Amino acid sequence: MMHELSAQEQQKLATCLEPFQEDRRNLIPILQRIQDKLTYLPPEAIQRVAEHLHLTAGEVYGVATFYNQFRFHPPGKHPIKVCLGTACHVRGGEIILENFERKLRIRDGQTTEDREFSIDRVACVGCCALAPVALVEEKVHGHMAPSKVEGLILGFHLEKERQEREKAKDDSAQS
Amino acid sequence: MIQPNHEARFRAIQEEAEKQKQTFKETALPKIHIGMATCGIASGALETKKAFEEVLADQNMTALIHTVGCLGHCYAEPVVIVEHAGFPPILYYNVTPGKAGMIVKSFLRDGDPLFEYLLGATEENDLIPQVKDFPRFSHEKRVVTGKSGLIDPENIYDCIAEGGYETLAASLGRNPEEILREILDSGLRGRGGAGFPTGTKWRLARQAPAGRKVVICNADEGDPGAYMDRTILESNPHQVLEGMALCAYAIGSSEGILYVRAEYPLAVSVLTKAFQQAEGLGLLGKNILGTDFSFHVSLFQGSGAFVCGEETALIQSIEGYRGMAQHRPPYPVKKGLWGRPTVINNVKTFASVPPILKHGAGWYRTMGTEKSPGTAIFSVVGDVVHPGLVEIPMGITLRTLIVQICGGTPKKKAFKAVQIGGPSGGCLPEHFLDTPIDFDSLVEAGAMMGSGGMVVMDEDTCMVDVARYFLDFTQKESCGKCTFCRIGTKHLLRILERITRGEGREEDLEQLENLSRDIKNGSLCGLGKTAPNPVITSLRYFREEYEAHIKDKRCPAGACRTLTAYYIDLEKCARGCDACVGSCPVEAIFTTGDRKKAVDQSLCVKCGECMVSCPAEYSAVKRVSPPHLAPVIERPQEKEADSNK
Repeated sequence: MMHELSAQEQQKLATCLEPFQEDRRNLIPILQRIQDKLTYLPPEAIQRVAEHLHLTAGEVYGVATFYNQFRFHPPGKHPIKVCLGTACHVRGGEIILENFERKLRIRDGQTTEDREFSIDRVACVGCCALAPVALVEEKVHGHMAPSKVEGLILGFHLEKERQEREKAKDDSAQS
Repeated sequence: MIQPNHEARFRAIQEEAEKQKQTFKETALPKIHIGMATCGIASGALETKKAFEEVLADQNMTALIHTVGCLGHCYAEPVVIVEHAGFPPILYYNVTPGKAGMIVKSFLRDGDPLFEYLLGATEENDLIPQVKDFPRFSHEKRVVTGKSGLIDPENIYDCIAEGGYETLAASLGRNPEEILREILDSGLRGRGGAGFPTGTKWRLARQAPAGRKVVICNADEGDPGAYMDRTILESNPHQVLEGMALCAYAIGSSEGILYVRAEYPLAVSVLTKAFQQAEGLGLLGKNILGTDFSFHVSLFQGSGAFVCGEETALIQSIEGYRGMAQHRPPYPVKKGLWGRPTVINNVKTFASVPPILKHGAGWYRTMGTEKSPGTAIFSVVGDVVHPGLVEIPMGITLRTLIVQICGGTPKKKAFKAVQIGGPSGGCLPEHFLDTPIDFDSLVEAGAMMGSGGMVVMDEDTCMVDVARYFLDFTQKESCGKCTFCRIGTKHLLRILERITRGEGREEDLEQLENLSRDIKNGSLCGLGKTAPNPVITSLRYFREEYEAHIKDKRCPAGACRTLTAYYIDLEKCARGCDACVGSCPVEAIFTTGDRKKAVDQSLCVKCGECMVSCPAEYSAVKRVSPPHLAPVIERPQEKEADSNK
């Protein structure tokens, strides 16, 4: 079943297309812009881009799936990217990836059911001297170790609990 | 016609730059230069900067904080250079927020330069040893990265004060033919990997029938384990832009595209600013410095496909198609982007152009070797003491680079191999350490220069696993056009996976060799032609490792996880110690009857954390291959169970 975009998302999508002329060379910049605003490329966006550039949806989808940058389902609130470049591989990047997968009970490329976390493998983030490296919400964590993985996720859980507690406190204060 | 006043115009800009530099230099305030490229930020340079600001405010002191690019010393990040009256400029390494506070209080306030935290002075003096006396600095010859880490990449005047755009301004009065001649004479070869003579490429483009020619800078650095281009763009974008403009002037083009990976957000933002500033001063754009030479550069963000480093695939992706390699000829210099003559060069090639034109071809030829003049930039990473970017003259041996400059392998482990050229290159064993680094001798050895990624591996790295890793990468990145590359790499990968799982067969080695040859012959572009290289070189130099995997089901390096097991030596394990238990991510470690620890092999994921956490005085955790060598220790059933060794 196709997920319906909210009105706000529709609006965003329209503003993404607006500045671009109907020209094939704009295809990748448009897709990048949409992903930047919506965090992923929903089916509806592919359709709209195809209409805008007078291409078939298949053609647009073909280009989008060719490149690693594009994703077709929303990432988690805390996106995790594990680097598996050469230096990270030699220093055990795969073990780090496995630890994230085991802790969050998802595979790479997936998002947890509560949409909190997603895991992706990336080819190289260019911080090879800090290998193995993981990016959590765009922050680079160097010299990763399985215990650091646990620590990071525990940190998020604690933060969430704290927020919930505060929210509960606020609610009770209001009532 | 070129108007005579362009030099006067440039002089005015230069004077402004000089003035800013003088004001900065002459102030009595201390100056703090912080390296803020991606690797610096990853190591915490932002927190360090914040700490400096807070402590300075706290102490009621003022200092100028100058954000600069990257020096290339990644092991020492965050790197900070502090200038304080009465002292030479001092370079501090690993400056954490805590150290930043101490530098302000002890050094800037009390005048104690904190000898324990400094790496050295950057100028001659009689108090503090100079950094350039250390091999990590003294062997370097900085031509392309000369200004990196010293200037603020977001302030064009910083760059101009150090000679930026000087060559462009001087060249606008020259005949483009002269510039071509100079580049040809310098012997500059494309730094993207293949080493095609740049001058020849430019000449072909110049000779191509007039029309709207395009200059493309290839910054689609897809090679996992290499980040030279990113560092250059983040630290000194103007040198690359100047090189592109010089190329455009020489071949008669007015349009440029800088193709940079979207995964490099900092490089993208630095470049966007650099474009604006250069255009604002009339150094790029329409009628540069008032002459009739115009050059418009735009930025194109690559969407992360390794094959787009190949020029025909890169062109496809700019045109809005899947990045699939095309037949050559026609070469892009004849018929490239939108059918127009196109010059595509790497970031380092363009960045080499301004110094060559400034100092002349003869000067450039004094560095490097006869056939590969100039310098090469490597990102040396992996198992080395001092990883980072190193710019050296071509012709230096691998041993000098890895052992002398980068400090060799850490933790007294033996050097095993160095991987050069990424997924297209190969692994060279120890006896190649005396090979000089240049385009031709590396190809002869079976590797290739590539864009400059170099990964050093110690004895704990399994060569079969490394080959498997690279094939996994190229197999995923193959664009799918050629059958041999698309399906052949998949089969290579399957065979390698089988071997690393201990399910290899006798005939596998021969099949690997045959298949590798076929993929090389049956592929159109560089990706397919070089994809089997990691397999071929590792088979050539580390055949016994393949044989150990296949015949003995053993991984000599202990890296292939199916073929290894961890166990705890009960003789050495300390009673009551719990260090390994907490480190295990899967709770595979249990307590034996006599309060020692043992590993439950059915749960163990072989991450090796227990080995790291076991205190050095016990060193009780052992790794064995094949896995059946690990003694089986049963989990005690009840509390009173006997200890079973």
